[in-house]
Amino acid sequence: MKKYTYTDKKDTRSGFGAGLLEAGKKNDQVVALCADLIGSLKMNDFIKEFPERFVQVGIAEANMIGIAAGMTIGGKIPFTGTFANFSTGRVYDQIRQSVAYSNKNVKICASHAGLTLGEDGATHQILEDIGLMKMLPGMTVINPCDYNQTKAATMAIAEYEGPVYLRFGRPVVPIFTDADQKFEIGKAWMVNEGADVSIFATGHLVWEAILAGEKLAEEGIDAEIINIHTIKPLDAEAVLKSVAKTGCVVTAEEHNRLGGLGDSIAQLLAVNNPTPQEYVAVNDSFGESGTPEQLMTKYGLDADHIVAAVKKVIERKNKNA
Amino acid sequence: MKSTIQDLEKTASQIRRDIVRMVHACQSGHPGGSLGCTDFFTALYFEVMNHDPKFNMDGIGEDLFFLSNGHISPVFYSTLAHAGYFDKAELATFRKLNTRLQGHPTTHEHLPGIRIASGSLGQGLSVAIGAALAKKLNGDKSLVFTLHGDGELQEGQIWEAAMFAPHNKVDNLISTVDFNRQQIDGPTEKVLSLGDLHAKWVAFGWDVLEMKGNDMADVVKTLELAKSRTGQGKPIMILMHTEMGYGVDFMVGTHKWHGAAPNDEQLKSALSQLEETLGDY
Repeated sequence: MKKYTYTDKKDTRSGFGAGLLEAGKKNDQVVALCADLIGSLKMNDFIKEFPERFVQVGIAEANMIGIAAGMTIGGKIPFTGTFANFSTGRVYDQIRQSVAYSNKNVKICASHAGLTLGEDGATHQILEDIGLMKMLPGMTVINPCDYNQTKAATMAIAEYEGPVYLRFGRPVVPIFTDADQKFEIGKAWMVNEGADVSIFATGHLVWEAILAGEKLAEEGIDAEIINIHTIKPLDAEAVLKSVAKTGCVVTAEEHNRLGGLGDSIAQLLAVNNPTPQEYVAVNDSFGESGTPEQLMTKYGLDADHIVAAVKKVIERKNKNA
Repeated sequence: MKSTIQDLEKTASQIRRDIVRMVHACQSGHPGGSLGCTDFFTALYFEVMNHDPKFNMDGIGEDLFFLSNGHISPVFYSTLAHAGYFDKAELATFRKLNTRLQGHPTTHEHLPGIRIASGSLGQGLSVAIGAALAKKLNGDKSLVFTLHGDGELQEGQIWEAAMFAPHNKVDNLISTVDFNRQQIDGPTEKVLSLGDLHAKWVAFGWDVLEMKGNDMADVVKTLELAKSRTGQGKPIMILMHTEMGYGVDFMVGTHKWHGAAPNDEQLKSALSQLEETLGDY
């Protein structure tokens, strides 16, 4: 049963910018901080509307995280913005001590995640950020799939009390979720019901999973596609229910295969229902310069690779049967 | 003044007794810096700051204090207890299993008086700046105070924050550096020289004061002077000259008591030098 409609194409970071503006209109405690990347984070509309609620920190990400933690004392809801690499790896200890351990209501918003940042190359293409963030106790980790979902997620986390890592990206990608959707943190979205395999995808890979599902349908393979926009807390009920039906799993993410969505699913299944699983993810390597499309193909993160992984995992399932 | 200098000195003497007893009881912790900063904490919580021991996290309308060099937690905990944030009997649980008085301060155990975890150094100035910005947005005229170790200034994040605060006219902030010239591995001059600290903070755009941190009258006078200079477009930095281990003769003037606990005999000797003024916990 198809639950998506392709409408347009936009970058997910613009969804963040639009959601931030809406969150700011709705709640005057929302403030934004940026480390010299206003344009890249699409924060201009918020700044124009609420100049006094914006803090330009300069190229000093550690200071930005600390200031954000401090601003929560006094009731502010700070949204920090920079690239995913500088939002996580560069400031891990600041997030760990001043935000996560201190349980501060900071929203760490990270653009240009993964390979699809493109030509800037591996210094900027973090593929470890989901793992870093999900290991922190109390941290919520969200990786929405398109413009509409990113906008909805941005608005939703403003209303949620607690630290959040929100991950999005640079490239223009299809919009296929509802413009007026209600984003529920921790609730997986059933994109397409199916019986033969469960494809759990997150972020930009959800659209690739949909394309893979269409190709597989032509070959008579009925794939269930579930969008895991919230990696932590993981919607265990949705995952286990799907796997109980299909008996095999493919996970798809723009992340190192170590520590990402695939590992979260594998850990859940190992304990509850051991199941054949294939990973569509970067195989423990750094990225490189190139166009987003070239990189996604070279590193095995496109619909064709999902199709191949599905065929492989179904074969494994059938061997076990 | 709310209290006389003599009253404050009596309180400080009790806090110093608490510090050595707490560190002795768990045989761990950092007595040296705690003893050196006792006069500062006493002046801050019993004279200078407007604060409410019926603690609430946001502290609207109150002065706030952030301890960035969290390892001197004994002096912080004892001060908070005597100021009425929690029962001083709880000081006996310091660094023990299931305590709210963790080795380094944390909000995680909900100890009243603590607003941020600290221990990993260099983060507190940024946090304090954030709290100061929130106060400005809230139209709250009260102040934000911080304390940092001098060795802590070797952390890069301090200088990110040092650059930010004057540029953004964070003038409701009074920071203090415990300038005792000692760190774990030895004198700062040997480990990594701090150079001309006064000139450095001035160059970054701060209003810089100096005080004798183990002279209660000078501590109170300088903190009040600092308060009078807030709201003038610049953050304020006080370089507080202290002696690590002040108040216990065998702990003074050496880095060796930065992170070491006294044995039974040493405890006895230390307590004989510190008058019990408010009753031991």
